[in-house]
Amino acid sequence: MAQMNMIQALNSAMDVCMAKDPSVVLLGQDIGYFGGVFRVTDGLQRKYGEHRVLDTPISESGIVAAAIGMAVNGLKPVAEIQFADYIYPGYDQIVSELARLRYRSAGDFPAAVTIRTPCGGGIHGGQTHSQSPEALFAHVCGIKVVMPSNPYDAKGLLIAAIEAEDPVLFLEPKRLYNGPFDGDPGKPAVPWSSHEKGEVPEGHYTVPLGQASVVRSGAAVTIITYGTMVHVALAAARQLDLDAEIIDVRSMVPLDVELLVASVEKTGRCLVAHEATRFGGFGAELAATIQERCFWHLQAPIERVGGWDTPYPHAFEWEYFPGPQRLSAALTRLMEAA
Amino acid sequence: MTRPSRLHVPHAPARPGQPPDFSYVHLSPAGAVARPDIGAPASELGPLSLELIRVLDDQHAAVGPWNPNLAIDELQVGLRWMVLTRLYDERMFKTQRQGRISFYVKSTGEEAVSVAAGLALKPTDMLFPSYRQQGLQFVRGMSLVDLMCQLLSNTRDMCKGRQLPVLYHSKARHLFTISGNLGTQCPQAVGWAMASAIKGQDDLAATWIGEGSTAAADFHNALLFASVYHAPAILNVVNNQWAISTFQGFAAAEQRSFASRAPSYGIPGLRVDGNDYLAVYAATRWAAERARRGDGATLIELVTYRSSAHSSSDDPSRYRPKDEPEHWPLGDPIERLKQHLIALGAWSQTQHAALEAELNEQLSIAWKEAVGYGSLSDGPKLHSDLMFEDVFKDMPQNLIDQRAQLRLEQG
Ligand SMILES: Cc1ncc(C[n+]2csc(CCOP(=O)(O)OP(=O)(O)O)c2C)c(N)n1
Ligand SMILES: [Mg+2]
Repeated sequence: MAQMNMIQALNSAMDVCMAKDPSVVLLGQDIGYFGGVFRVTDGLQRKYGEHRVLDTPISESGIVAAAIGMAVNGLKPVAEIQFADYIYPGYDQIVSELARLRYRSAGDFPAAVTIRTPCGGGIHGGQTHSQSPEALFAHVCGIKVVMPSNPYDAKGLLIAAIEAEDPVLFLEPKRLYNGPFDGDPGKPAVPWSSHEKGEVPEGHYTVPLGQASVVRSGAAVTIITYGTMVHVALAAARQLDLDAEIIDVRSMVPLDVELLVASVEKTGRCLVAHEATRFGGFGAELAATIQERCFWHLQAPIERVGGWDTPYPHAFEWEYFPGPQRLSAALTRLMEAA
Repeated sequence: MTRPSRLHVPHAPARPGQPPDFSYVHLSPAGAVARPDIGAPASELGPLSLELIRVLDDQHAAVGPWNPNLAIDELQVGLRWMVLTRLYDERMFKTQRQGRISFYVKSTGEEAVSVAAGLALKPTDMLFPSYRQQGLQFVRGMSLVDLMCQLLSNTRDMCKGRQLPVLYHSKARHLFTISGNLGTQCPQAVGWAMASAIKGQDDLAATWIGEGSTAAADFHNALLFASVYHAPAILNVVNNQWAISTFQGFAAAEQRSFASRAPSYGIPGLRVDGNDYLAVYAATRWAAERARRGDGATLIELVTYRSSAHSSSDDPSRYRPKDEPEHWPLGDPIERLKQHLIALGAWSQTQHAALEAELNEQLSIAWKEAVGYGSLSDGPKLHSDLMFEDVFKDMPQNLIDQRAQLRLEQG
């Protein structure tokens, strides 16, 4: 075991995979010599050489398309998109190509590409460095979508993603790179070394795709969330002194429906929360699923909290961000409902 | 049996700890490149994309056919805007370091690219800049206070707090809103130019894109549409050698110049000394007249050097030699124009120092006023209701509800 922040854990995941499997290659903008703008690939080009850790031109469509071609020819590419906000030039290659190759070729040309990209706000990045576009990809059939909330999961999930035989979009909440964040920007930053999930095995292990985790068990209400919001939910439950069960979805596609259902059947109340824009967000899928499966167990309407239905504004970062206060208000409504 | 990898991987000419090496930059002597007729067919202009158009020689004289023969006062105005751009950048970068603004991008070493081009165009020509041409904002008459208020995201911010610092705009001054997403502005500028042609207007569109960003498909869309429709547009590629840590070879100029992308689309490509105020001015004028006559678009590659960090979040000593800026063969654009004016007997070190002092004073006064309108941390604040405006022209019900919900949250 070692102390790692999320950046180091992700780096270690790629290191382990590259050491184990010579077909794993990395590509992306500024990831080679420089080690990435968030330093997630630091040292990997030095260790594995320029033919396995490729700096690329600034073309997201080119990066995704080249990764597809490499995968079809037997490599295991891990592409970095510098910010999730810049993934859209590659969207056609992901949606129309990557996600459907297995299907349209009847299994003959699958492409197991992993696409890593930092997402989420909280770093004063304005509308072009803060987005959480998971719903735009979860809606596409044929690509798995994953978002860790701590270093341990980040490493285990990334290894599982790279070893998977399907394409995976791996979203990294950048506000969590250096430490957990409970939604209060006024508090001093807390490092991962003070958190049990900052303890990470140095070698190979996986956290299977498609499994949610119970972060905290409770009986009064279920909070279903992922990424940065896991930590915000913990803070909100603490503030209200509420016996909440908090579930980290971890994998949006495939979704661990049974775990969610079991929890809501137990508590009878459910809050769904994410940082992304609320309208058409992944929370809508979660709420619909819970409603279909748990209707007769529900004691209150499902609450849904997200970012507002606007772009992420630079000056109003914390008014936009669904912080503990917005969660608390929703939880209070949930608990007060008959 | 498989062979070892034969993938070609471009190598930066020098990395930290190695001696700077700019031997890859092809230079033509000042005055050596011919200036073709403005109406010459693109098919005859291929060589211009491989040579380097220069006017100012090493003795600070303006030489050759591209000399725009500017009057002394025009040169002094250019110098003034370039000096202001540099001082503004230095000041604003410092305020970022002090935590007053969240982010900043300097254009140090690239001032001629924006100031000379901006002054060579008409005030009604539409400009689609990237984030590194603040000189355009100055020459278009934006006030220091207005620009600073944008950086501060304060109550006078033209973007109403929605954009990162430096992503300015001005409808009145024909400066398009700057995008954080690279390259998108290029084909948009071509579309604007197509509309100008359709509407029978005289105005053209000019756009600027970093050399690294020419890798984006949007750059190629711009060339294609400009070529198909002979759009009255100027596509400026600012080749400052670096795209964050990635050197220009990764955008494919290891093989051929960026300017030479244009001839294969049937568009003239001019490769220009971007640190030579007179060359930038002359090339822009040539392309502008050509566009206005109806002969379509021109690509101008401005060969320059990003002498500072990529942004306030960047540390270039991690990926290039610390002393690389001092070895850049095309010098500094301000120093070169200043020396030219001194050689003409129309400027002096004393006048230059006085100019800097005057502009610094203006910057201090403007900053004092701007912070009075607030910042992210102190003073008056924009009302958070503004967050919900302008998503649509009329606010839909979900946003009206969310605005009310936020007000409740705020108590
Ligand atoms: C579509 C997109 N991809 C990636 C980025 C991240 N990014 C911001 S600036 C930059 C480098 C741009 O270099 P260049 O085009 O040469 O312009 P310069 O910064 O040198 O002026 C990158 C990769 C982005 N903003 N947009
Ligand atoms: Mg550049």
